[in-house]
Amino acid sequence: MYAGAVVLLAALAAAGAGALVLAAIGKSPWATYAVILTGPLQDLFGATEILVRAVPLILVALGIAISFRSGILNIGAEGQLMVGVLAATAVALALPGLPRPALLPLCLAAGAASGALWGGIAGVLRAWLGVNEILSTVMLNYIAAQLYTFLLRGPMIDPDELMTGSGTPQSVRLPRSAWLDRLVPGTRLHAGLLLALALAACVWLLLWRTTLGYRMRAAGAGSKAARYAGIRVERSLLVAMLFAGGFAGLAGAVEVLGVHHRAIEGISSGYGFAGIVVALFGGLHPAGIVPAAVFFGLLLVGADMTQRSAGVPANMILVLQGVIILAIVSARMALRDAYAQERAARLVRRLFPARGATPARAAPGDPAP
Amino acid sequence: MSLAHLLQDVLSLGVFFSVALLLAALGEMFNQRAGVFNLGCEGIMCMGAFLAFLPPYLVRTGPLAPWANLAGFALAMAAGVLLGLLFAVVTVTFRASQGIAGIGLQMLGWGVAGTLFRSHIGGVTGVEGVAAWRVPGLSRLPLLGPVLFNQNPLVYAAFLAVPASWYLLHRTPWGLRVRAVGTHPRAADSMGISVVRVRYQALALGGAMAGLGGAYLSLCQAKMFADDLVAGRGFIAVALVYFGRWSPWGIVGGALLFSLAQAFQLSLQVGGIKFPYEFAVMLPYALVIVVLALARRSRVVGPAALGKPYDRELRV
Repeated sequence: MYAGAVVLLAALAAAGAGALVLAAIGKSPWATYAVILTGPLQDLFGATEILVRAVPLILVALGIAISFRSGILNIGAEGQLMVGVLAATAVALALPGLPRPALLPLCLAAGAASGALWGGIAGVLRAWLGVNEILSTVMLNYIAAQLYTFLLRGPMIDPDELMTGSGTPQSVRLPRSAWLDRLVPGTRLHAGLLLALALAACVWLLLWRTTLGYRMRAAGAGSKAARYAGIRVERSLLVAMLFAGGFAGLAGAVEVLGVHHRAIEGISSGYGFAGIVVALFGGLHPAGIVPAAVFFGLLLVGADMTQRSAGVPANMILVLQGVIILAIVSARMALRDAYAQERAARLVRRLFPARGATPARAAPGDPAP
Repeated sequence: MSLAHLLQDVLSLGVFFSVALLLAALGEMFNQRAGVFNLGCEGIMCMGAFLAFLPPYLVRTGPLAPWANLAGFALAMAAGVLLGLLFAVVTVTFRASQGIAGIGLQMLGWGVAGTLFRSHIGGVTGVEGVAAWRVPGLSRLPLLGPVLFNQNPLVYAAFLAVPASWYLLHRTPWGLRVRAVGTHPRAADSMGISVVRVRYQALALGGAMAGLGGAYLSLCQAKMFADDLVAGRGFIAVALVYFGRWSPWGIVGGALLFSLAQAFQLSLQVGGIKFPYEFAVMLPYALVIVVLALARRSRVVGPAALGKPYDRELRV
């Protein structure tokens, strides 16, 4: 009920703000929204593409949910994801002879580990030097983006690109043994979806059924009380950041092994930031994150379609995401506020009087009071 | 090129680069002194950069052309005020988490500026921008003249804003209220100061300055607009406030340090010293992290209520 109200409010606010921007660029909001929301569902490819987009979103959002619940704000998923792409690609290209059952897990592990490392930098800085993690993860994003372009244009570039002179910054195609299976032939939907769903269950277990998860949530709920209860808050912050980075890195690995099969420029298309929105939209809970990610997958695919068909820039999605974040964080507090709730409840009671509760209920035909 | 020439170039370029950071960081300082951590600075700068670019782009000739830049600055500041007030509604009135709300504001600013830019302008286009204004007399001083007195008018304004901000913060009743609200909002409240109003005012001022910082980027520094023009300068500005220990003097020092590093790196590139471009771009971001890690060791602490929403009804 409460979570539903927040989500509905945020969606309405975003739709309204988006309509204003669309009007400013001279497009019909209704037509654009109709394309965004229904366009991807017209055929099998579009429908599966929604899930293709949802996979990295689920993974990133799970990590962000862990970090937010532990009281550390990971804004660095974008950078952690890129580092994950680089590591998975490097491992697959370095060990092409390895059999599939060994290579694939190794690539995934490399992606997760490198993302965790990248996130861990911010975790260590926050836990022991008190560096604001938002600022450090944002900076690490820019550093990772530069590292990514440097490697793809230099040491990791496909030699063929240099030979033919096209110079597209992308790596060599990965060996087939490192590819994730396709679930539906003829589409890009890959086995990463199953991995993401399994991990969503694992995150639920971790946060609500283990001591570690309890400690992390306790540290996030109130660090003073948690410290008093004997929880090592610094360590739990670091662990949360390792998890968050690991999930984002894994998202990068899954994206390169499942979809593109080579590291390409712009592989992320903003999953790191969209993941924050998905995590908040999903109520920082795996059961909410999965549907939220599918919904955002729809928005992303739909936005690409409107860009191609109606010429509405796909940046439009950023506007919606920004407003959704602002609305969700506002609504969470406003709805938690006892006074605001009381006022709202009074308003609801006045507008929709309960049957029998109010004796002087005007029936049709009664004289006005 | 002689060493003196190189030094002069690096210094004047450093001063030239520092202004966008300086303006945004001074604005952010007022926000943080009032207890609000505004991470949306980046988004406000994006909007400012885009809106400032719009009038001179649209009105290139005709009787209104000389006023186009001025209109651009005004538009950028107005948008900054509006976004600052939006942030105030979310974080002060609704008491939302400031860090997450800042990310939301940043996405909103990026998104709106990017969408309007792509649909109305499309590609990267230059504008004439603001020309340098040579201060008569002073500009003929050796070394200092070209470095400090052959810049565009906004540079002078930004450096005058440093003592002005100090005066505003430490020598006026409003500055006292801002500091009180950021240090002990409950005490300020009990003295009859409206915490909400002061924070709204600080966020409006900070938004205007961040908008102006963005306008400086598009009209004075780059003389064009591109999607990634701001490139994290809003976040660096927030970090500079920490680095500068919430004081205008520290902030101007930090802004100059970063910009000199950037100017030095650029002159090395131009000078033909081989160094991967990407690592050069990476450098300032890495520097921010290092500086933040070191800055924590100093004894100065920030505004005590920084980042904490004030709830009048909450009994502590």
